[in-house]
Amino acid sequence: MLLLTCPCCGVTAEETEFANGGEAHLKRFGPGSTDDEFDAYMFSRKNPRGVHFERWRHAYGCGKWFIAARCTVTLEVFATYPAQTTEPPAEVVATIKARRPEWEGFA
Amino acid sequence: MKRYSVFAIAREALRQHAGWERAWASPSPRARYDVVIVGAGGHGLATAYYLGKNHGITNVAVLDKGWLGGGNTGRNTTIIRSNYLQDPSAAIYEKSRALYETLSQDLNYNIMFSPRGVMMLAQTEHEVRGYLRTERANALQGVDTRFITPREVKRLVPIIRLDGPRYPVLGALWQERAGTARHDAVAWGYARACSAMGMHIIQNCAVTGVESAGGQVTAVHTTQGSIGCGKLGIVVAGHSGALADMAGFRLPVESVALQALVSEPIKPCMDVVVMANTVHGYMSQSDKGEMVIGGGADHFNNYTQRGSWQHVEETVRALVETFPMLSRLKMLRQWGGIVDMTGDRSPIISKTPLSGCFINCGWGTGGFKAIPGSGWAMAELMAKGESPLAEAFSLTRFREGRFIDESVAAGVAH
Ligand SMILES: Cc1cc2nc3c(=O)[nH]c(=O)nc-3n(C[C@H](O)[C@H](O)[C@H](O)COP(=O)(O)OP(=O)(O)OC[C@H]3O[C@@H](n4cnc5c(N)ncnc54)[C@H](O)[C@@H]3O)c2cc1C
Ligand SMILES: [Zn+2]
Repeated sequence: MLLLTCPCCGVTAEETEFANGGEAHLKRFGPGSTDDEFDAYMFSRKNPRGVHFERWRHAYGCGKWFIAARCTVTLEVFATYPAQTTEPPAEVVATIKARRPEWEGFA
Repeated sequence: MKRYSVFAIAREALRQHAGWERAWASPSPRARYDVVIVGAGGHGLATAYYLGKNHGITNVAVLDKGWLGGGNTGRNTTIIRSNYLQDPSAAIYEKSRALYETLSQDLNYNIMFSPRGVMMLAQTEHEVRGYLRTERANALQGVDTRFITPREVKRLVPIIRLDGPRYPVLGALWQERAGTARHDAVAWGYARACSAMGMHIIQNCAVTGVESAGGQVTAVHTTQGSIGCGKLGIVVAGHSGALADMAGFRLPVESVALQALVSEPIKPCMDVVVMANTVHGYMSQSDKGEMVIGGGADHFNNYTQRGSWQHVEETVRALVETFPMLSRLKMLRQWGGIVDMTGDRSPIISKTPLSGCFINCGWGTGGFKAIPGSGWAMAELMAKGESPLAEAFSLTRFREGRFIDESVAAGVAH
């Protein structure tokens, strides 16, 4: 079972208390974008075997959205951080680099 | 290849079974093949088989990073049915079910197809309406299904409880020609037939990169060296994202773990397959007597091949309510597989942005039933560049908004 710590209220709980919201840091494309951009934003996903950034909601807790950096193979959670950012904070990237030297970085 | 038959058994019985051949060869890879298929699961092997059988293309290699049939093909609960809702789905799943009926004879390998009937319980008013709609859609599609009453349900499944407190049984969608087959045998039978046509099945050979020149695929890098190819078929289920990444594109697919479990073996007590989508559980009894139980999928991307614990609890809790006798059973084994989920719960059989490279994926929680039909369509697509069965399942359907919504028919993970 996956354990997550909500960065908004500080509670650590099992996955059943949270709801997964899919890949994080997607750049939204709307009116005026090309079909390719909209297609990629709407449907294409990295779905990596390894480091994954994803949105979670503390559904049965404080109700807030946050982001988790997690390994999809081992379920190791590298960090959780508030959702009000368009890319992972530098210290989160550093933490992941230290744990997964072969990781190609956030792109 | 020596044929399997009753005479072969008699002959071997008289000489200490010394004459059985290996079912398939284990060759070293050649430098180049006309077609390379990545993934020796059911779908990859069936693709290779129909490339040879229907299109005369036999210079083919099927590569697998592990052992053949070791992915979802050897981990599923083997339900075969074709009672989907949309026309393109009915076409490919019904083709598949029909091919299963004679697959043992076709492959000269007993895949133990057992058309014991599949029943999908309606346990809410909403489900009753949904299945009545499916029944009518199926009638128009030429798929033989029938909505049956609770009394008929009880007659077919004596161990069921119709008046459960939360979810009474209000009827069921019944497909009499649906059933189960032996999953390993499907992979083994196709592998043997491919090998007999001179194709190479190369196990312990992980693909680590895809090489192209001028937008055309030319080779794959593997743990057994570089292997050239005229055409490439990617058929790796849960690992499709990784292979697409190597080939330079992304997919509308997310990978999650799906689980199943089996009980200790007991005497025969249920000779049909029962699916209960509202409470999310489904069950059949194997020939060994184990109750085979399918559970839920995780709600987040992962490659753990294990699955979250609470899904076992949810599934068993729900099934005990509908089958009270299960409460006395001990569970023997639990396992997981990595399934490839698309947004509309329909598969992808398609060309890709890389010329010469084709992909077959997105079967998610329900692709065992589709193995023969999917291989048939994928082989046609790879050989001819188009296939009527595959057309609606192209990658472009997402950007064009032509979804094939099967989230209701696929309801439960199966
Ligand atoms: C628990 C569970 C229950 C299920 N129940 C049912 C059911 O009742 N009915 C039904 O119809 N379907 C069911 N399914 C779904 C079904 O099992 C799958 O849709 C189907 O088996 C997929 O077959 P495949 O050949 O595409 O993939 P797989 O059998 O997974 O084969 C893919 C192969 O690709 C190989 N591979 C991956 N990466 C690489 C690489 N880099 N290089 C080389 N090889 C690679 C893997 O080793 C694997 O052998 C279930 C699935 C699960 C997990
Ligand atoms: Zn919180």
